[in-house]
Amino acid sequence: MIPNKVDYVRADSVDDALSLMAQHGMDAKLLAGGHSLIPAMKLRLNAPGILIDIRKLSELRYIKNDGGRLIIGAGSTHHDIVTSELAGQAYHMLPEAADLIGDPQVRNMGTLGGSLAHADPAADWPGVMIAAHAHIHLKGPDGERTVAADDFFTGFYSTALQDNEILTAVSIPIPAAGTRSTYQKFMQPASRFAIVGVAAAASVKDGKIEHISVAVNGLADAAFRATNIEEALLGQAPTAANIEEAVKGTGSDVMVMADHFASEEYRLHLAQVYAKRALLAITQ
Amino acid sequence: MSTRITVTVNGQAVTRDVEGRTLLVHFLRDTLSLTGTHVGCDTSNCGACTILMDGQAVKSCSMLAAQADGAEITTVEGLSQNGEMHPIQEGFREEHGLQCGFCTPGMMMAAVDLLKNNSNPSEQEIREALEGNFCRCTGYHNIVKSIQYAAKKINEPEKEVA
Ligand SMILES: Cc1cc2nc3c(=O)[nH]c(=O)nc-3n(C[C@H](O)[C@H](O)[C@H](O)COP(=O)(O)OP(=O)(O)OC[C@H]3O[C@@H](n4cnc5c(N)ncnc54)[C@H](O)[C@@H]3O)c2cc1C
Ligand code: FES
Ligand code: FES
Repeated sequence: MIPNKVDYVRADSVDDALSLMAQHGMDAKLLAGGHSLIPAMKLRLNAPGILIDIRKLSELRYIKNDGGRLIIGAGSTHHDIVTSELAGQAYHMLPEAADLIGDPQVRNMGTLGGSLAHADPAADWPGVMIAAHAHIHLKGPDGERTVAADDFFTGFYSTALQDNEILTAVSIPIPAAGTRSTYQKFMQPASRFAIVGVAAAASVKDGKIEHISVAVNGLADAAFRATNIEEALLGQAPTAANIEEAVKGTGSDVMVMADHFASEEYRLHLAQVYAKRALLAITQ
Repeated sequence: MSTRITVTVNGQAVTRDVEGRTLLVHFLRDTLSLTGTHVGCDTSNCGACTILMDGQAVKSCSMLAAQADGAEITTVEGLSQNGEMHPIQEGFREEHGLQCGFCTPGMMMAAVDLLKNNSNPSEQEIREALEGNFCRCTGYHNIVKSIQYAAKKINEPEKEVA
């Protein structure tokens, strides 16, 4: 299917893109990898008047270690993250989650920034970014600001990003040595989007959980931190029984989604199963 | 508003004016008459439209022709060189990797990307590399064998592949 008529312009820089956005207002949409936007335009679910292409901007495509933080440019593709040693050294779950997105062709085009800005409730990156304590860097006409991933995802396809802002990067504090992490998902078999996905990071010292960070996507209208699990396990021994007990009730305080792939009850069950698997995988 | 693009397709530079909304797959099929690249779905799932852009497998139905400005594109028509079949084409012939043939161009382009990065993939790695390509006929088994044939052929071009 062919999208509605649309104009196309390629931005030369982030600042150029910002001024094009200011010029065209609500009629404009940024185009990164296009792998959420173009399929939606083909189905005529979205019909912007002009696309501002930022895919080729090298200032958005890098992965670097900057004084204790891992910085990933918004234009980095999922494939860039699969193959990034720096990302893997910071958190194993970064390349692990990237490699579970869609298929090789999707990973070659889709970008981290596009996924976070789009905020599909079934996307994989939002949960991983919350579990990694990431900060999301935004640039607008009035300058730059940073939002914690915990506060960034505000609902169904909604984020803290304003219409006149560009997501430029995420920065992730490199965790203490000995921190292990994983991303485990139950995927929709055709699209491979998460029906439920759990991102978890933890470190164990003297038989007790010293740090723990757990986030869930796919379950609710937006990814969220599973504080129930964190509170139950912090300072405890990571035994199978303790983990089993801690994951109970995950999602009881959010609006759980239901669709023709999975009912509310099934999703809640999956969240517990995948949280348990993730925590056992990184603490044993 | 149309956009002037220059794309190198199968080694040849072409310059055309395209509408903003023109998908790359339609540019290849309708403007350049390269109909080997197929359209099998409306949902970006089937992979029949897979081509290589700057050496990487991508779905040409899910990007605009304008996005390919400046890129090197390889389609299935660009695989054979000087009348000699590419090892992946030979593999599909020798191992009966196709039935109706609709998915085949996309399968081959996805396989070429895999073999470029991993010249000796395991069966599991081959199956994972084809996650974005659907075949409704073969059950995938002979497609995997075709790719294994091509891998052998690429690694040992002089030897007859059994
Ligand atoms: C077949 C298929 C399977 C998929 N499977 C999965 C999966 O398993 N898991 C998963 O998580 N995702 C999946 N995806 C989605 C994929 O990861 C997308 O690439 C991603 O969600 C969007 O990134 P993009 O770069 O393609 O963004 P685009 O489609 O270009 O943009 C998406 C939206 O974000 C905006 N935007 C883009 N970049 C920026 C920026 N830097 N600043 C501000 N706004 C911006 C755009 O204006 C647009 O509104 C799948 C997609 C397809 C087609
Ligand atoms: S035509 Fe089906 S993925 Fe492109
Ligand atoms: S051979 Fe018919 S779809 Fe694959």
